[in-house]
Amino acid sequence: MGIAVRLNDVSKKFGSFFANRNISLSVEEGAIHALVGENGAGKSTLTKIIYGMHLPTSGEVIIQGKPVRFTSPRDAIAAGIGMVHQHFMLVPELSVAENIILGHEQTALFRSLPLKKAKALIQKDAEAYGLAVDPDAPVANLSIGEQQRVEILKLLFRQAAIMIFDEPTAVLTPSETDRLFATLRSLRARGKTVILITHKLDEVLNVADTISVMRKGEIVGTVPASSVTKPELARMMVGRSVLLRVINTPASPQEIILNIHNLRYLTQTGEEKLHDLSLNIKAGEIYGIAGVEGNGQSELVKALWGLAPAGSSLSGEATLKGKSLIGQSPATIARMGVSHTPENRLRHAVILDYTIAENLLFGRHRERSFHQGIGFNKRVIKAYTETMIADYDIRCTSPDRQPLSDLSGGNQQKVVLARELGRPDISLLILAQPTRGVDIGAIETIHKKIIEARDSGMAILLVSSELEEIMALSTRIACFYKGSVRHEFSQEEVELKRVAGHEFEKEIGLYIT
Amino acid sequence: MNPKSLRLLIPMLSAVSAIAVSSLIIVMAGSDPIMIFQKMFRSTLGTPYGVGQVVFRMTTLVLMGLAVAIPFQIRLFNIGAEGQLLMGTFAAAMTGAMLPAAMPSAVSITLCICSAIAAGACWALLAGTLKVRFGVNEVIATIMLNFIAQGITGYLLTYHFAIPSTVHTPQINANAIIPSFDSVTGLVTNSPANLSTLLTAGVTLLCWILLFHSRFGFEMRASGIQPEAAQYGGINAGMHTLTAMGIGGAIAGLGAANLVLGYKHYYEAGMTGGIGFTGIAVALLAGAHPLWILLSALFFGFLEYGGLTVNAWIPKDIFMIIEAITIILVISFSALGKRWL
Repeated sequence: MGIAVRLNDVSKKFGSFFANRNISLSVEEGAIHALVGENGAGKSTLTKIIYGMHLPTSGEVIIQGKPVRFTSPRDAIAAGIGMVHQHFMLVPELSVAENIILGHEQTALFRSLPLKKAKALIQKDAEAYGLAVDPDAPVANLSIGEQQRVEILKLLFRQAAIMIFDEPTAVLTPSETDRLFATLRSLRARGKTVILITHKLDEVLNVADTISVMRKGEIVGTVPASSVTKPELARMMVGRSVLLRVINTPASPQEIILNIHNLRYLTQTGEEKLHDLSLNIKAGEIYGIAGVEGNGQSELVKALWGLAPAGSSLSGEATLKGKSLIGQSPATIARMGVSHTPENRLRHAVILDYTIAENLLFGRHRERSFHQGIGFNKRVIKAYTETMIADYDIRCTSPDRQPLSDLSGGNQQKVVLARELGRPDISLLILAQPTRGVDIGAIETIHKKIIEARDSGMAILLVSSELEEIMALSTRIACFYKGSVRHEFSQEEVELKRVAGHEFEKEIGLYIT
Repeated sequence: MNPKSLRLLIPMLSAVSAIAVSSLIIVMAGSDPIMIFQKMFRSTLGTPYGVGQVVFRMTTLVLMGLAVAIPFQIRLFNIGAEGQLLMGTFAAAMTGAMLPAAMPSAVSITLCICSAIAAGACWALLAGTLKVRFGVNEVIATIMLNFIAQGITGYLLTYHFAIPSTVHTPQINANAIIPSFDSVTGLVTNSPANLSTLLTAGVTLLCWILLFHSRFGFEMRASGIQPEAAQYGGINAGMHTLTAMGIGGAIAGLGAANLVLGYKHYYEAGMTGGIGFTGIAVALLAGAHPLWILLSALFFGFLEYGGLTVNAWIPKDIFMIIEAITIILVISFSALGKRWL
């Protein structure tokens, strides 16, 4: 087999910062080559170099034996390279087939589109690689998994031989993930080269042939997937032994903080999202909600944060230390001692164009201690920023200048958590998907902080689609199904069964499906 | 090339290309570009009177620029500075004429300015309310309100308040007049520049502080950039829409201080002459940043008055073309500069 992509001593500098330093890498033709590493390790920069979005500062890129110098993705596409981005590049209003041929119409400007021919080709590819999707459906109507299939079909339509997947499983459900892996294997079987970027180690070990581990802009090792274990990979990534499971000391719950009684939530269209939901959360415990997404978890979190959209209706009770949360604004709820990390971090929790320091302040800017005159007390804020950055190990160069969008996903999430966990006088902390898109090293930090917060006496509501996370952190676990609690595991049960691991996972699985 | 030298290169490139293109047009119109440029500079920046004229125009332009820029920070496009200015000038002129003549100067001026600000703010708030309450696009609302403002002021002037056989209202009280620089300092002889320029500088500084150094601005800009995140952060976006429009309109109305109280001393048909629309260009060229607006308004003020001074040698129409092309060139180059940096 030949070498599809070879990098010789490639470096990329942004200002004085090395995003990639002396990278040498060979990707074999017809193999699945995974790039793993923490957020901010330089994986994305490296793939952007291969895909022509960045020019390397120094070094050589060789594609299929030929040295190349891509100045735009167009050059890379012409050389047979394709990329499935984490955020899909699709036009929602157009149909699947139209999206696939967009930019590659192969027809004169004013001739009609060769849709029929294209559809036949798409159909053939779809069958060959298990990528079933209706070519006439508008993309807006597709699920995330289907949209990803369209992206892959797009690459196949352009006859890409080298395909880069940037965190393809971050947005997929477990069954969609299995399906994607089947597709990746069939791509490999037909001689395509796949470069897979991820930080989920189980997946890499499952699907990849070769694994390259990146840390702080460098490749620290390239190993065959068959000869390495998960803890070994984790150690290579982080540079030290990591606890894949946080040490969860026994909790000692106190009085009830949040009490929900017969809560009912109807959407604008009359769909019942919460059905007579009753639960309570005590001070000093983590109440984990396990469930398949779409069973009312998001609506519960929205309702508790005062953001039930106009037109929806809420009935029943939700009280914080006896005071009702229903009908209050987010600002009031925050003042009552509630803190919240929303599940969609990029859209709801941060202002990407604001600096890191400003984002650490955002949402807490009403706190008196930060104020001075009509503005902010710069000295207090500088001290606060520095403490938070050190405390949560937020990796950045200049918090007062760098916009938040400069940071990797994991570091962005640390900013959000630092801000929300640091609020003074919190009695209830609502965490929705606190480690989604976050790497192992950061997860460890975040989990420790959550346990610390619990021990300081907060009541914590934890919503996560990662069962492992729910099991590792929770004091009690509620199994959510169709908008109500189908089963609740008591503290004793959880502590007893946590050690059983897989067995417990299966038991929870029974209650949530 | 390193970014620092680029940062200097961009404005120079745009200036050079603007001069080159205008020279070409002047030659085509049958004049000598060097002579024209000389005359322009000599009669604007070369004489105290010329400087005064440029400063006078710049003052109104700064206010119009701010009136567009502040709503722009929350992603609202205020096309209505012209209408808000019209309402402001009319209100100031009427108040100035109706106040008792014996009222002290400080009180008279303050009352006139307050009425202008209130008129401008109300006019903009109408558009803001339509947006928040009914979701009417603010571009359409402000354009329509411009027509309505024209109608109202035109009607009131013609049928009720104009001095017979003129197109202007009676003079305002002597006590409501903002003194000219000439009368106070003896500089910029006979030019319309007046002390409202100082007021404008203060307002610009206030806007800068409000936007970039206050909690209000912190919230307002956030709800402009990411409205949903702002909502999660407990920020009331509707309130900020109203205040941003209100402040914009108030500043547009304040233009009356320069035009009515400082210069004409009455309201006259057509006295605003579309300067509210030039304000859009002023704000965009400055990237809606208050301090850059000072520079961008100076540039536009220079072009406007400079164009007038060379009227004898080059037709007004040709100069209009030159002015517009220069603006397009400067904006294109600064956009290019942002991509390079």
